Amino acid sequence: MSRTESPARLAVRKTYKLYIGGAFPRSESGRSYAVTSSKGEFLANASRASRKDARDAVAAARKAFGGWSGATPYNRGQILYRIAEMLEGRRAQFAAELADAGTKSPGDVVDAAVDRLVWYAGWSDKIAAVAGAANPVAGPYLNISSPEPTGVVAVVAPDDPLLGLVSVVAPVIVTGNTCVVVASERAPLPAVTLAEVLATSDLPGGVVNILTGSVKEIAPWLAGHMDVNALDLAGVSDPGLAVACEEAAAENLKRVLRPAPADRAADWAADWAADPGTRRLTAFLETKTVWHPTGI
Amino acid sequence: MTTSFADVASSNVALRTFLHGLPGVDRVGADQRAAMLGTRSIKTTAKAEAIDLAIRMVDLTTLEGADTPGKVRAMCAKAVHPDPADPAVPKVAAVCVYPDLVAQAVGALAGSGVKVASVATAFPSGRSSLDVKVADTRLAVEAGADEIDMVIDRGAFLSGDYVKVFEEITAIKEACGEAHLKVILETGELATYDNVRRASWLAMLAGGDFIKTSTGKVQPAATFPVTMVMLEAVRDFLAATGRAVGVKPAGGIRTTKDAIKMLVLVNEVAGDRWLAPDLFRLGASSVLNDLLMQRQKMATGRYAGPDYFTLD
Repeated sequence: MSRTESPARLAVRKTYKLYIGGAFPRSESGRSYAVTSSKGEFLANASRASRKDARDAVAAARKAFGGWSGATPYNRGQILYRIAEMLEGRRAQFAAELADAGTKSPGDVVDAAVDRLVWYAGWSDKIAAVAGAANPVAGPYLNISSPEPTGVVAVVAPDDPLLGLVSVVAPVIVTGNTCVVVASERAPLPAVTLAEVLATSDLPGGVVNILTGSVKEIAPWLAGHMDVNALDLAGVSDPGLAVACEEAAAENLKRVLRPAPADRAADWAADWAADPGTRRLTAFLETKTVWHPTGI
Repeated sequence: MTTSFADVASSNVALRTFLHGLPGVDRVGADQRAAMLGTRSIKTTAKAEAIDLAIRMVDLTTLEGADTPGKVRAMCAKAVHPDPADPAVPKVAAVCVYPDLVAQAVGALAGSGVKVASVATAFPSGRSSLDVKVADTRLAVEAGADEIDMVIDRGAFLSGDYVKVFEEITAIKEACGEAHLKVILETGELATYDNVRRASWLAMLAGGDFIKTSTGKVQPAATFPVTMVMLEAVRDFLAATGRAVGVKPAGGIRTTKDAIKMLVLVNEVAGDRWLAPDLFRLGASSVLNDLLMQRQKMATGRYAGPDYFTLD
């Protein structure tokens, strides 16, 4: 009674985990939540990060800040370009995940995400020329202003699972900040796959940390964290939560980038495809001005 | 029931017979028990109490070649007011410095109740003659140190010359006078848990008031199993002689979680009598800021950042 046909091969499915400090841990809490496609079909279980995962991610981001902010802008630009290369190589995988998440013309969206990374990579050694200046002053001084990274930035990524995510993360890190990102709660899977891209792109561990789970649960802890220097609320759709986060952020004077106002929410999706300008770059820069006596 | 160990150190043979007659330590079992005790979850009010107790047990230490009087004064200020913004934070147990800086620390801590400890005896290697070690100890005691942290001669211990180690500890104890004597075993260099147990007993028999794991200069430093073996030794020594000896793990304790695990270990192995700064100390500096950050987190409900605490 031997079987002539071999049994059907079992699918090897990916475990979607968090990305903290260059590693892929499960949530400290052990929780997960079911992610479904736009049609309601089960896709995968994603980790549901707790406040302690957020705390660990902030610690990892802080640890990475010294090295990343001290790297040359040229080097940071190279690494962002490398991320774009790696993303390009996984085009099919991202297109499939975006299609599951209900993104229209997913191939074009992956192209746009790659282009966005390349665009920001180019800014790495140019932003200082735009945001900095040699100031004319009334005195015998050479007066120079130069932009410096703010520090650890907590980012709530928008609901656009790839292009939106790339559009908020790239401008934060290209200038030397490190970040903790809360991925889209509805469609977190492309974010975890992007973490795999980041992990293989020479990006030092801890520069980008990606959490998946409930925005409502995690965002207030990041907003209140005293070791976070800035907050990007791009993906906070609940105005009450945005206000609460902004209030918590005031305790240590975090820089806060507000989400799009409610009356513009309709064209929010279109915004990520539009030319982003330098607004997101300069939002997380501090200006250092040096007065240098001229002559010897 | 107490036992007299008067004759134990009468000769090297007698001492060797006694120390090697101690029961051996099951390494796998010790590792497992220490790891198991480290999984306890201490939360809310118990955690708040544990944090305050741990702060009261900290020996704030600076043992660098680059130490300056200014750094010692800054550390002393931190010892008295670990968090200047919150007067409810308790003082630490002691500051620990090199002998030549004891006078600075004594001056800065006068009347505060924080003790001054000094390392001595050719710290950290302990490689010098007994005369030099005694003179080093006297230097610290005369400068006003309340506690002396001596290192044992690991070379003599490992080559089996137990009497030499014993007599050295006795001589330093005598030089200490009123000062408490902590005996550093440098467990990272002792190779086995059996040696840790033997060295613990040797130090206690010779009159040490505390046994301390490490200098902090050698890795591994204060691991949980080693601390557990030492806690077992002080527990058994109390049962045998009626004298309670303290334990001080030093080096490698950096987080509140580690400090609380140590407290669990103390409570489970030695008993709650040791949950007090006069019988248990944490030799660490970096752990203090983490304890303060956790304390602030519990008070304010938001995660604290290291920018808001002094470095030294």
